[in-house]
Amino acid sequence: MAAIIKHRLFWPAVILVVLLVTNVFFSGSFFKVEFRDGHLYGSVIDILRASAPLGLVALGMTLVIATGGIDLSVGAVVAIAGALACLRISGLDDQNSVTGVLLAVGLALLLSLALGVWNGFLVATVGIQPIIATLILMVAGRGLAQLITDGQIITINSSPYKMIGAGYWLGLPLCVIIAVGVAVVAGLIVRRSALGLLLESVGGNAEASRLAGIKSRWLILIVYVFAGLCAGIAGLMISSNVSSADGNNAGLLIELDAILAVVIGGTSLAGGRFSIAGTILGAVIIKTLDITIYTVGIPPEVTLLFKAVVVVVLCLAQAPKFREKFQRRRPSAPATQAPQQKVEVTA
Amino acid sequence: MLKKWSAAVLSGLLVVGALSACGGESDDAGSGKKDDGKITMGFAQVGAESGWRTANTKSIQEAAAAAGIELKFSDAQQKQENQIKAIRSYIAQKVDIIAFSPVVESGWDTVLKEAKDAKIPVILTDRAIDSKDTTLYKTFIGSDFVVEGKKAGEWLVKEYAGKTDTVNLVELQGTTGSAPANDRKSGFADVIKADPKFKVIASQTGDFTRAKGKEVMEAFLKANPKIDVLYAHNDDMGLGAIEAIEAAGKKPGVDIKIITVDAVKDGMTALAAGKINYIVECSPLLGPQLMDLAKKVLNGETIPQRVLTVESAFTPEQAKTELPNRKY
Repeated sequence: MAAIIKHRLFWPAVILVVLLVTNVFFSGSFFKVEFRDGHLYGSVIDILRASAPLGLVALGMTLVIATGGIDLSVGAVVAIAGALACLRISGLDDQNSVTGVLLAVGLALLLSLALGVWNGFLVATVGIQPIIATLILMVAGRGLAQLITDGQIITINSSPYKMIGAGYWLGLPLCVIIAVGVAVVAGLIVRRSALGLLLESVGGNAEASRLAGIKSRWLILIVYVFAGLCAGIAGLMISSNVSSADGNNAGLLIELDAILAVVIGGTSLAGGRFSIAGTILGAVIIKTLDITIYTVGIPPEVTLLFKAVVVVVLCLAQAPKFREKFQRRRPSAPATQAPQQKVEVTA
Repeated sequence: MLKKWSAAVLSGLLVVGALSACGGESDDAGSGKKDDGKITMGFAQVGAESGWRTANTKSIQEAAAAAGIELKFSDAQQKQENQIKAIRSYIAQKVDIIAFSPVVESGWDTVLKEAKDAKIPVILTDRAIDSKDTTLYKTFIGSDFVVEGKKAGEWLVKEYAGKTDTVNLVELQGTTGSAPANDRKSGFADVIKADPKFKVIASQTGDFTRAKGKEVMEAFLKANPKIDVLYAHNDDMGLGAIEAIEAAGKKPGVDIKIITVDAVKDGMTALAAGKINYIVECSPLLGPQLMDLAKKVLNGETIPQRVLTVESAFTPEQAKTELPNRKY
């Protein structure tokens, strides 16, 4: 029991459960998942579907943050990928042609990779501070997306493309399958090889790592490219979900939600130790919070305040120092919880 | 000693400054035009959040070119601070006239006073501001969002006339705090409150976007088993909601009746297909009227404080005939 409470994902998990249970009081059938029109249907499925793009963006962000960097441009890459794919598809004679859609998707992902290379180049080779280097693309990328869409919302009517964000495979939402797939592959590569250790080492001290023989430049470049790719896939999901590309609004402020997901997951913004599972949990919490707001019917005027309060509570619950103080003021607390502070390193 | 000196110098400067300001006023009283005779307009747009807005931008840009007015254009990306920055920069650039479409209703007094002090007239387009001092702007041209909300409500009352069953409504609001969201909500509520059978069971913001409209509607559908009517503050949120309704295995326009505002091309297409039941038009093509007003203001002519744009509303049948003419 003590081991479970000490686990660094214990408090985020508690918050998630609290949020989920809150919903039941306002919508009795909240946990009901049924089979409708050949696919799973229910609020929980909605949460997972909505979490897929955010989870992907946050996944890329986790590795970037592990190296001590940050990528602010992911929102812009989301918009660009969606815009390019929709533009290509809208130009097709037959919007339902699978090869045409695959070509458009491939092109959009290629561009996302290229944008990731650009970020990585600025950070690893030129040596610009990550926050500034990616700020360039964050601002310019929005413009680029609007340039691609010509300031209009491109609406398409393509069933193969719609599969990515709104489709189902074997009754399961395809976007969730893709996101989980990418996360599992990334997790395996990072944890089953020495790559994860090397990334943490670069995040801990890039110069010392280099002197120890680690090619930190290459590693940094790779994480930015990966973050770009993840954002690109997320962009395809978001635009496919509504069958349209909105250069101005797609992925707006998603970088901040992604950073929040990473932090909730227990990865330190200073770099070093990271947790992919924590990040995914963080993304699910953020989206659960959104959907809780709609279900509970919190008035839009106080939505942001409500969100802020939940996030503050979450961060405080995770902070070892705060918990320590809280426990000291309550002498009745069991003494066995005292050694907890030694285990907690992050947050 | 030094303090006294500097105070004296300062007050001297102030007097000179005040004098020159007065002189400046008498010079170009009535006509804010510069020597070159060409009018420069600074326009601070909300953003490009919807097809409607892009059509609005195009109309203003084309009308400015046609009227020979030099247009300085900025896009605030839905952020008030960006818009305030843009207006400040127009004041610094000494444009002849400033026009803008406020992102939100409140918080404009300071920057508009700066414009007033710089003697640059301001025209509000399409969205109003919430300020007691009406001298801060010359005129407000745009649609009346309250009337739009009322039109939507009146259609609903007519559609359900003679029926006594409770009608469960859900509402997708625009960006929280924006004039269209506030007014379309209150206009609609004013009309339907007369009949207790209409019940708004859920109302949330969808930020005027398709993605958010879909996300919110998905949650509405799960939390409320019986929804009869959806009222969306713009077409795009309605279009997003249609996707959510279809994914829930229901027929938009039949199982759930949909009323939206705007009448952009995508919305009209859905209306003609019967997926939306009624659209209240909110015309973005106010460019020519705006340029006309700008010239009148700079020539010192008196203009009304409120100018309305011409618009109507559409049913599916009317949409079929109107659709080929829609440019935006």
